[in-house]
Amino acid sequence: MTASPALTNLPTAALVRPSLTGPAGVPFSRLLRTELRKLTDTRAGKWLVTVIIAVTPVIVVITLFTSKPKSLTYSNLVDLTQTPQEFLLPALGLLAVTTEWSQRTGLVTFTLAPHRGRVLRAKAAAIGVFGLLAIAVAFVTAAIGNLLGEALRHGNGSWAFGFSGFRDLIVVQLGTLAEGFAFGMLLLISSAAIITYYVLPTITAFAVNAIPSLKSDKSWFDLISAQSPLYNHEMTGTAWLQWLVSFTIWVLVPGTFGVLRVLRSEIKSS
Amino acid sequence: MTSSAATSPPMIEVAGLTKSYGSYTAVSDLDFTVQAGSVTGFLGPNGAGKSTTLRMLVGLTPPTSGRCRVLDTDYRLLPNPGRHVGVLLDASAQHSGRTGREVLVIGAMTMGLDIHRADELIEFVGLTQSEARRRVGNYSLGMRQRLGVAHALLGDPSVLILDEPANGLDPAGIHWMRSVLRAFADRGGCVLLSSHLLREIEVIADHLVVIGRGRIVAQGAKADLLATTDTFAHSQDDRVFAEALGNAGFAARPGTDGLLIAASTQDIAQVAAAAGVVLLELRPAGSDQLEDLFLQLTADDARDEVAR
Repeated sequence: MTASPALTNLPTAALVRPSLTGPAGVPFSRLLRTELRKLTDTRAGKWLVTVIIAVTPVIVVITLFTSKPKSLTYSNLVDLTQTPQEFLLPALGLLAVTTEWSQRTGLVTFTLAPHRGRVLRAKAAAIGVFGLLAIAVAFVTAAIGNLLGEALRHGNGSWAFGFSGFRDLIVVQLGTLAEGFAFGMLLLISSAAIITYYVLPTITAFAVNAIPSLKSDKSWFDLISAQSPLYNHEMTGTAWLQWLVSFTIWVLVPGTFGVLRVLRSEIKSS
Repeated sequence: MTSSAATSPPMIEVAGLTKSYGSYTAVSDLDFTVQAGSVTGFLGPNGAGKSTTLRMLVGLTPPTSGRCRVLDTDYRLLPNPGRHVGVLLDASAQHSGRTGREVLVIGAMTMGLDIHRADELIEFVGLTQSEARRRVGNYSLGMRQRLGVAHALLGDPSVLILDEPANGLDPAGIHWMRSVLRAFADRGGCVLLSSHLLREIEVIADHLVVIGRGRIVAQGAKADLLATTDTFAHSQDDRVFAEALGNAGFAARPGTDGLLIAASTQDIAQVAAAAGVVLLELRPAGSDQLEDLFLQLTADDARDEVAR
């Protein structure tokens, strides 16, 4: 540590005295910029974001050289990029909330911005923006892969995909991202939220497949089952309804309790 | 400055503040104010309710009853609170994977300040640029405290609320802290800082609020609280001597390695001579006064500690 500095430079002169009247707290736009930055400014965050973005080109390149030329279509390439994204994106949403508790940064965050609901909205918007970016990277990388497949390996090169394909995958990815965010708000502790998020839906999916009486109706309450028509681009009116019911059970209900928990709980250092 | 400060409304006002967790009352009916130009020490043993009170002041913990106001406003209604109130509740409550500079940059962004402000504060608290680029997880407690003070001063606030800010600082660091807080208060700001260490607060604060078990046990100007006519006495057997003093009509209280008696040295010497007690030390209670006051005020809790 260096010698103690002189007092005379108490660094204040350049700042304009702020007013005591005006809207309470910090405006949303500023919170959003801060939350976007907080996604990538820690070692863990930087790695997670890098992996989420980088995994797509890696998968496309591997597919380019291992897949049969006739299956090198845009649709197949896009589908292959979705699994790792769906696995990793929720972790980003979850950690955006839980680090404030597990790393105790909430003491500072919610002191500077006491309107906790606005902070949550800024976090949701920040991970939403990043989620859309990651999805866009997947769509664009798959397109480049399709062009390269045709050029290098005389691949099929079909572009058949359709508007509904984009819509369905955006719904899945943002839906699972929201699920991670909801689990984060509900449990607040990184380790607990991560374990619950990754284990509970899997156990549920296993259970509904193992219990015959549940199997036929599983899409009504198992989000993983309800999502599979979205992947296969075969959504029907019933499938949308089933997805909506499962989404309510797995995202909206825990999310609502999570929001209440964040708004009401005491922010402590230990 | 001080005369005008006395007539203007307090910068921090706590009235009837109470926090209960079920049947346990952490903070009970607290009343105190902090005026502009004052450095107020919030003193009490561990678990006395200091941190809970400070968290209620900044809206992190909802009070069970009572109220607290900062700058005559509910803290949560302050526009851009970081520009008015500098807060350091726990210097270690930072993301270990974030660099020291990044912590300040995020703070500056949230307050809508230029990012260069972070570098000004890094320099001010005596962190080097290379230290500021290291991750907070690698910081010593003293460096975290300096970073926390930098964060609290970032928005050029008029109120500082600091929980155990001198914890982990070396003597030079404590001296620096005193100079910073004194200069801050002299400019018309006010400081409320907590500590469980008497020495720190005796050096830094000019007003004291002492709590034990969630209740205020003493408050006022440090000079007034320490003004006492007590005498300190230490004898070969203080237990016997305390009894002799009691019989002579002088109540003796336990002090640090001795007794405190509200009587003149001459009276006490006479009791000792009459009782045949060998005195080892006899003097007006001096520099240890705050410690004696603290021990006396928190004696109930201290006895509990021993009993456990």
